[in-house]
Amino acid sequence: MKIRAQIAMVLNLDKCIGCHTCSVTCKQVWTSRQGMEYAWFNNVETKPGIGYPKDWENQERWNGGWKRKKNGKIVPKQGGKLAVLANIFANPNLPEIDDYYEPFTFDYEHLQKAPELPTAPVARPLSLVTGRPMEKIEWGPNWEEILGGEFDKRSQDYNFEAVQKDIYGQFENTFMMYLPRLCEHCLNPSCVASCPSGSIYKREEDGIVLIDQDKCRGWRMCVSGCPYKKIYYNWTSGKAEKCIFCYPRIEAGQPTVCSETCVGRIRYLGVLLYDADGIERAASVEDEQDLYEAQLKLFLDPNDPAVIEQARADGIADNWIEAARRSPAYKMAVDWKIAFPLHPEYRTLPMVWYVPPLSPIQSHANAGAIETVGEIPDVRSLRIPVRYLANLLTAGAEAPVVSALERMLAMRIYFRQRQLGEGDGDAVLAQAGLSVAQVQDMHRYLAIANYEDRFVIPTSHREEAEDAYGLKGSCGFTFGNGCDFGPPHSSLFGGKMGRRKLNPVRPLDT
Amino acid sequence: MLANSYVNTLLFGVYPYICLVVLLIGSLIRFDREPYTWKSDSSQMLRKRELRLGSNLFHYGVLVVILGHFAGFLAPHWAVDWALTPVAHQLLAMVVGGIAGLVAIVGLTILIHRRLADPRIRLNSRKWDIAITLMLWLQLALGLLTVPLSAFHMDGGLFETLTSYVKGIVTLDGGAATLMMGVPLTYKLHILLGFTIFLVSPFTRMIHIWSGAGALSYLFRPYQIVRTPKTRAQEPTRP
Repeated sequence: MKIRAQIAMVLNLDKCIGCHTCSVTCKQVWTSRQGMEYAWFNNVETKPGIGYPKDWENQERWNGGWKRKKNGKIVPKQGGKLAVLANIFANPNLPEIDDYYEPFTFDYEHLQKAPELPTAPVARPLSLVTGRPMEKIEWGPNWEEILGGEFDKRSQDYNFEAVQKDIYGQFENTFMMYLPRLCEHCLNPSCVASCPSGSIYKREEDGIVLIDQDKCRGWRMCVSGCPYKKIYYNWTSGKAEKCIFCYPRIEAGQPTVCSETCVGRIRYLGVLLYDADGIERAASVEDEQDLYEAQLKLFLDPNDPAVIEQARADGIADNWIEAARRSPAYKMAVDWKIAFPLHPEYRTLPMVWYVPPLSPIQSHANAGAIETVGEIPDVRSLRIPVRYLANLLTAGAEAPVVSALERMLAMRIYFRQRQLGEGDGDAVLAQAGLSVAQVQDMHRYLAIANYEDRFVIPTSHREEAEDAYGLKGSCGFTFGNGCDFGPPHSSLFGGKMGRRKLNPVRPLDT
Repeated sequence: MLANSYVNTLLFGVYPYICLVVLLIGSLIRFDREPYTWKSDSSQMLRKRELRLGSNLFHYGVLVVILGHFAGFLAPHWAVDWALTPVAHQLLAMVVGGIAGLVAIVGLTILIHRRLADPRIRLNSRKWDIAITLMLWLQLALGLLTVPLSAFHMDGGLFETLTSYVKGIVTLDGGAATLMMGVPLTYKLHILLGFTIFLVSPFTRMIHIWSGAGALSYLFRPYQIVRTPKTRAQEPTRP
């Protein structure tokens, strides 16, 4: 057994209000640059919907993630190494920028400089790719916001698999939820496996997956290799970029920007200890529906003395082991089993997990008398179909999702009964399989959600790894080639693509 | 003018070495000092249409052409003579090179059309992106022109002269340039443009050829890569 540690994230979808603060703050910090306008390291999708980029969950189309061969080995779904190299000249699985959306701005200047016109001037959209006016904006990063668009299109959502979806097109039966997405920092990343230059790597000490910008050659196999489509090709620099899990902040013990600024306080960051030797075995289990359990088994109990001893032997610092003991991610994923990986069937063993959302009881299901199973309302009468959530989070296995939803309902009923003096709530706990201590912890973490409980991030031990004296006075975060300040300097070796200015726009009437 | 012995020595004796030195040292400096600029510079993301067909035709065609040049010109006599007469060798080169060259030039024509006709690609092209593709097209055209020319010299003699010249350049034979004196103009232009492409390569996207060869190491590495703090500490930091 080889123990490694990772900072994992859990998102409590039950509390996500879809405000996009995470996306906006992330964009401001990391991707407000030419070539990355279309890229959102963090985006929030309204489900059901086909998402961003379009139809990303449909791996029959995009061929991301891994596939298990008959002999039990797994290979990237886009092909083995020879196939990847053979496709290097034109990647057949690469999305076009229009599959995300053509990035745009508006000709605001025209509003100020327009001559006197019979009608009020308008700011026409300008493409950020060509700099030219766009006739019409056809798609955006969040085109399906709050069920925008026809149901026919939205219902192409891959998670409707095995769901009788037609009734959800009716207004009375419709449902929605938000799904914030970022890089999953997988244990078995298919982007790393797909990179012909070997430029993508997982950091041993905190599990963050990064692209070495100096080593990336822009072969763009990672873009198609990642089933979550969370690697973006910067068409200006010619390099691939991805969510860096705000590693400079994580190293300093601070939460990622998306987590820090989350208004709904839905994000949790904590250490998970896992068995690195078991990764390939866990990712190769035969039945897709066993992948969730297989990944869960990789996570080690940070209170087990044998685990602590082995972790120390494997070089994990004591403050990390201590953080693992207080990890909200461990509590939610392993203790309470209310958090699940996103699409485990891609076999990448993702490390950003989700607590499924509760939803209103179907209104037409017996107005007045709610169907219950024992003490708890029947989660199958919730507005969001259980099967839909299971397709999203457990490769279609409904039992774990049902259990998680029951536990969350049980927590509410327990506290309601006690606060209203309607009972002691013991029966409901017994049915949900929770102890009093557990339910009180759940309440503290899910309902109160204090900053210190949500983010338990040990500082990294750079002092052991780097020569701090040498780093003194050097530049911080850069895009290679020395310090990246000010306007890009010209070089013998060619500058960036697309250095043109936005083309001036002619008035509408000429 | 190209027949003048002084100019001949300059163009075929000296110029090739200037080009080769700039290619090798220029690439090395760029690789070491400007790693962020080292990339294939794909524009597939902006427009897939045309690229898939054009890029595959061009690259696979040109790979055969390049490998054919290496094998044809640099393979020592003992490696070839037991299997092929000089005439058969020349015929093989003409047929294989001709077909691969045609495939490549068709692909490149598609790519040039895409680059110039599609505003997304056109507006985001550097001057050198366009210049180098036109140079490559011209070079392929010159190369293809030599195929029918060679048909008039089926005795293998001219072919042998050219082979000796290239071997002479590679083996630092100072007298190699004199071999080029009687060679037809098309061949001379093909050789000169070829060396010129070497010359400009370090300053263009052509450097991705080195990485294409380097990508073969992908076949021999494990799928997963983990960097420890210690291995990361050994990476060069840039002041």
